[in-house]
Amino acid sequence: MSAIYILWLRQIKRYLRSKARIVGSLGQPLLFFAALGFGFGPIYEKAGGGNYLEFLAPGIIAMSIMFTAVFSGIEMIWDRQFGFLKETFVAPVSRLRIVIGRTLGGATVAMLQGIVVLILTTIAGFRLDNYWALPLALLMMFIVALLFTALGTCIGSVLEDMQGFQLISNFLIMPIFFLSGALFPLQGLPKAMTIIASADPLAYGVDAMRYFLTGSIHFGLVLDLSILFTITAILLAFSSYLFSKIEM
Amino acid sequence: MIKATNLVKKFKDFVAVDDISLKVNKGEILAFLGPNGAGKTTTIKMFTTLLHPTSGEILINNADPVKNSDAVRRSFGIIFQDPSLDEELTAYENMEIHAVLYGVKKTLRKQRIEHLLKFVELWDRKDELVKKFSGGMKRRLEIARGLTHHPQILFLDEPTLGLDPQTRNHIWEYIKKLNKEEKMTVFFSTHYMEEAERVADRIIIIDHGKIVGEGTATELKNQTKTDNLEDAFLALTGRTIRDEDATGMDRLRAARRHWRH
Repeated sequence: MSAIYILWLRQIKRYLRSKARIVGSLGQPLLFFAALGFGFGPIYEKAGGGNYLEFLAPGIIAMSIMFTAVFSGIEMIWDRQFGFLKETFVAPVSRLRIVIGRTLGGATVAMLQGIVVLILTTIAGFRLDNYWALPLALLMMFIVALLFTALGTCIGSVLEDMQGFQLISNFLIMPIFFLSGALFPLQGLPKAMTIIASADPLAYGVDAMRYFLTGSIHFGLVLDLSILFTITAILLAFSSYLFSKIEM
Repeated sequence: MIKATNLVKKFKDFVAVDDISLKVNKGEILAFLGPNGAGKTTTIKMFTTLLHPTSGEILINNADPVKNSDAVRRSFGIIFQDPSLDEELTAYENMEIHAVLYGVKKTLRKQRIEHLLKFVELWDRKDELVKKFSGGMKRRLEIARGLTHHPQILFLDEPTLGLDPQTRNHIWEYIKKLNKEEKMTVFFSTHYMEEAERVADRIIIIDHGKIVGEGTATELKNQTKTDNLEDAFLALTGRTIRDEDATGMDRLRAARRHWRH
């Protein structure tokens, strides 16, 4: 059994045991899905947009993945406080392997959360366009999970305590979500919004997931994938670097 | 086994460790004493690869903690001053993660974990989450965990803080046994003078980052013309009370306590 595996397993165990966290973090996406989906649905349909629930579901799944993933990374601050990080730092295991184990663990947890939300939206009335595309949709979900766990690890490596968390949440996480096109189509937006959305990594994640879940796409698959893979690789490298620089 | 030469650690303008040199032989038990903020923990962190020295040289089991950190890490075990357990996992899982990180073979792993948990009398609670443990139980678990990979050197940073005399005695008996049987070198810091006197072969006292006394308990008492180690310690380090500045980590701890209650 290797170090990477045991650190991955640790994150999964912690997640599955924290029933309150699972239920709590499902509340928000479900509220968004129900309130916006059923609330704006009729207008959206009247305006010729089609079925809003279908449009919204991938966005809500992406949202729950992103929030869980970023939080898994930031959660490292608690590990620092409880000293567990120190325990791994004095072990004869390289920082790179520690950060790989942690990131895979965080991304798996976020992915599981996304799957639960996918199931719940299906119960609430969302229908998959093509069941054969589901594995590819899951792959996209995992890439998004990986990207945002790495982002969370970057933040967790430089923040010394939770005081900066509010700032990060309001000025980074929320804008990334609201400007990603998770809630509304990106066609025909004001120029400024179009520019901002195209600089938002989640926009490409939502777009790719929406393509494999519902068949509609905005940027195109090639652009989505190249941007997602590039940004994920950069953030993984950057988070490993920052993580290796942590001093106790 | 442990050798430091002209070791210095500066944090910006503050000199935490100021040019200390020391040597600990294989199989020796050394007590490292000093008032709060004297530089004990900083020194131990440098020995255990957690901090890089500003200047000077360290050799742990003939390896340099900066250049050859993996070799150094394999040779020591450490019991930290602050807790370092994963509270959301069980006692057994904490032990298991440690054993895997240190590459203890699977067959050996189970046997050692069982042996050590039985020794610290936690075997019948091995499947309970650590957050349900009392402070003393957590301490015992950490000590058991630090011994899982049979280190050649054991660092202990105030290991018996908050333990009752029975537990303290029990743990020291076991550490002394490992010291005798396996020639394990022990380097520990403590505020309990009678513990240093009873357990250690030799004592080093530091203050303001410098070594101010070194020798056996008897030698230190003779040097200072006092009749107990506590008085010798006070004679060497003065009687003023020291405060440490609150770090970001202390503030976080306070916030966490606030959240939990």
